[in-house]
Amino acid sequence: MKIGRRGFLSFVIGGAAGTALSPLPWKMMDDSSIWTQMWPWTPVPEDGEASYVNSVCTLCSGHCGITVRKIDNRAVKIEGMKGHPVNNGGMCLLGLSGLQLLYGPMRVKTPLKRTGKRGQGQWKKISWNDAVSEVVEKLRDIRSEGNPQTVGFISGSDRGTVSRLFDRFLTAYGSPNFMRMPSVRDSYELTQYLMQGVQALPGFDFENADFIVSFGSGIIDGWGSPVRMSRVHSAWQSADVKVIQIEPRLSNTAAKSDKWIPINPGTEAALAMGLAHVIVKESLYDAAFVKNYVEGFFDWKNRVIDKYNPDTVASITGIDRGTIVVLARGFANASKPLAVCGRGNGTTPVSLDECMAVNALNALVGNINKKGGVWAVSEPNYINWPEIEMDAKAAAGLQHERLDGAGSKTYPFTRYLLPRLPETIDSGEKFPLQALFVSGANPLYTHPDTRAVRNAFDKIPLVVSFSSYMDETAQNADLILPNHVYLERYEDVPTPAGMIQPVIGLSRPVVAPQFDTRHVGDVVIQMAKGLGGSVAKTFPWDSYDSCLKETLGDLWNFLMEEGFWSNTGAMPPFFGTSYETASGKFELINKDTGSIPQFKPVSIEGDEKDYPLLLIPYDSIRLACGFIGDPPFVMKTVEDSVLKGKDVFVELNPKTARNQGLREGQRVVLTTPKGKAEVKVHLFEGIMPGLVALPRGLGHTAWDEYLAGKGINFNALIGPVEDPDSGLDAAWGIRAKLEKA
Amino acid sequence: MHTLDDHAKDISEDAADEAGPDLSLEMNLKEQDTGAGGTIILFFILGLFASLVVGWIIFPKLLYSNKKQPIDFNHVFHVEEVDNGCESCHFFRADGTFSGAPKLAQCIDCHEEIQGISPDEIKFVEEYVSKEREVPWLIYSRQPDCVFFSHAAHIKGAQMDCVTCHGHMGESESLKVYEENRITGYSRDIWGKSIGGFKKNTWDRMKMDDCAECHRENAANIEITDIPTPTQRLIDHIVNLVPPGTSTFGKGGSVQTERDPCFACHK
Repeated sequence: MKIGRRGFLSFVIGGAAGTALSPLPWKMMDDSSIWTQMWPWTPVPEDGEASYVNSVCTLCSGHCGITVRKIDNRAVKIEGMKGHPVNNGGMCLLGLSGLQLLYGPMRVKTPLKRTGKRGQGQWKKISWNDAVSEVVEKLRDIRSEGNPQTVGFISGSDRGTVSRLFDRFLTAYGSPNFMRMPSVRDSYELTQYLMQGVQALPGFDFENADFIVSFGSGIIDGWGSPVRMSRVHSAWQSADVKVIQIEPRLSNTAAKSDKWIPINPGTEAALAMGLAHVIVKESLYDAAFVKNYVEGFFDWKNRVIDKYNPDTVASITGIDRGTIVVLARGFANASKPLAVCGRGNGTTPVSLDECMAVNALNALVGNINKKGGVWAVSEPNYINWPEIEMDAKAAAGLQHERLDGAGSKTYPFTRYLLPRLPETIDSGEKFPLQALFVSGANPLYTHPDTRAVRNAFDKIPLVVSFSSYMDETAQNADLILPNHVYLERYEDVPTPAGMIQPVIGLSRPVVAPQFDTRHVGDVVIQMAKGLGGSVAKTFPWDSYDSCLKETLGDLWNFLMEEGFWSNTGAMPPFFGTSYETASGKFELINKDTGSIPQFKPVSIEGDEKDYPLLLIPYDSIRLACGFIGDPPFVMKTVEDSVLKGKDVFVELNPKTARNQGLREGQRVVLTTPKGKAEVKVHLFEGIMPGLVALPRGLGHTAWDEYLAGKGINFNALIGPVEDPDSGLDAAWGIRAKLEKA
Repeated sequence: MHTLDDHAKDISEDAADEAGPDLSLEMNLKEQDTGAGGTIILFFILGLFASLVVGWIIFPKLLYSNKKQPIDFNHVFHVEEVDNGCESCHFFRADGTFSGAPKLAQCIDCHEEIQGISPDEIKFVEEYVSKEREVPWLIYSRQPDCVFFSHAAHIKGAQMDCVTCHGHMGESESLKVYEENRITGYSRDIWGKSIGGFKKNTWDRMKMDDCAECHRENAANIEITDIPTPTQRLIDHIVNLVPPGTSTFGKGGSVQTERDPCFACHK
């Protein structure tokens, strides 16, 4: 039988009819729509039992309480803890994205030992036992050679049991070189020590203040405890509190303040002195407070009257005379005025002059240790460990001066001077530092003049990083002994930055460790035990957890139940008797050191002829610039006018751009005495002419693909400028030039 | 020289010439039809039959792959051992969510050690319990990920029993073969064993049409009755073209669709 055209057609028609009468097309339609609506490659969260774990976020010094939602064993969401004294349910962008730091690709999954050259990224996995014993052997060698002081430790914090264990380890081992990462707290601590005679935490009663003068502090740009500041800021809006923001650039904080006063960068101390001049001259100060509790007022008054009249200050700061006078009167006449300093998010110190000048303003209006004022908050005293046993080697090692010069004759009262370390290493004897441990810090990214820091690190024979992430410092280390991330470990978290009430939080494991990591506290204890002798005896605990439990005592159960302890009824130390200075008063002039609130310009690098512009950094809540880098969720929020693709924009006033012959979006080379980088131009009326502003937090060379290689690291373009009074890094900017690329 | 009339005549002649051969062709065809007509119908039937066979018999065999559960499970035996029926293992959590297939945590009370001689139990204890691995059960009733279904609303709220949707699962002595849809990855039990979508019992299918059917039948007691099934909606849209706001369905919670909110069931 021959199949003709007609036969074929009728077969097809029959087939079509039959297909229509079969479930095939309808079922296929249904299935393909299900398939397209639920692409199999789209990840779907597992179903399971929901539970919540209360903990504390330690991604910054804000220390918010968090409640982490879990489905079975997986953490799925981080929320702010309701009722917590810092954030009361609020949460910042970085904190919300913390899960990406737990499950993200940037984690170091096992102990690693470098195989290639430093920074090449060639590693081999080693066991924990091998890693720890390798470190112990090296430490034993250094100690037996009689050089225990050549071991250093850089820590993100110096508070809480973990940091104290580091310090304790070094002391028992025989080294004075425990170093904390710098921040404006350094300036405040020193100021409070010199003026009030106390070693305490600076606390600010923002909740009860009614007139805020901020010398460049990014109140909603990450300064202090960011969520608390953000809550306070909202409360100010409804309570009609006046906020005056003084800084050269219209930051978010400035934009949301009642008045933004642009100021020549680096002249904040001059303005503070100018305000003091008006207040003193017009007798607007708190006469009773000054008379009873302030020492050295009359000497200082004469200097202020002499040197800082509003016209002089106007010419230094670029702020007109009238504004200075009005601001001074407004400040002094408010019932609870408060002045704060610390530029941007407060992770860089300010000069001692500046901090003392601002503190003097507060003293003039009598708000030291008072409601709505600045408090010297004492640390909750719960860490009471047995005496450190020191053998002869330790005692000998501790006789040496610190490598960073803190506590030396030049800088007797400064506690940590980490930014001076690279220079010391570079200029010192052969190996002033033979082993360096880094925990909770990323100095190769966050320190000014990253190239110099890296060169200095290259001279240290052994660099051990405890980082959970492959950050710049870890990448250039010899050994990485990865710590659990904050959602996997126990840790006590004492009073957050800037709080007035003492708080102790308990950070606790939300999930089991995801990788072969180990608590840094455990590693330190194991290192001590490995060294044996008096060092081992100084660490009587089996593990960090047992150490913490023992240290906290009764508090442990309370913290396990409540998540935090807080002294809600905390009162300031009585303002009249809280000074432990020689005179027992608030000292405007410290007789021992001659420190006095004044203005001395911090001379920044570069000369005006070669570098006609000034480069300043700026901070944003959307860019983490500390030891934690932006996780992908946070990177997504960075605006196109800050970062586009891999290009970062520098902000430039249209006037400056016109003078330089530059236009919006143009690619330029930004050069400073420390380095050069290609950037793009963004014209912004909110920045003073003559300035160039670059955001901090970009330009990572390590971390993950979502962050690395995007933009420029501000710290690669600036170097530290030593404050002659404190030794702290007081650089507020650097001279720069822009050239068409 | 041609006149108009001549021209007309030419044309008519041409037409006659053309008509001649056509007529003869028609005659030929008629002759052929008597033999070929049957063939055409035959081919039509062949095509029809073949496609029906493909659609009804071969297609489902191709569409689904047969998968075995990691271990077998005897519901009958376990139901006898427990006090609280299905809910002993398939329970509601404290927050009202439904636990679904039990996890090791529920099994481990009895099965920390091997209890009997069943090879499946031995495998369960050795492969899963002692290694603390969850059993990767293949869930027959797993709905597409976009579906939100509250067991609490149906079991606690409407007092339905498990059988209505899941059938007599609790009376099975072993787990049946899991037929996985090769396109969607979901179980055949959702569409139902019948490829034509026919059902005898309420538990034969678990598609949206079946939700809608039950919700319509029990309209008096149920809050959400207006569930537009895909099939129903297509017909409604054709038959019932009405301007917005005048829908015969009345106004539901959603401003956009004027129906009950989609997100009650759709994630």
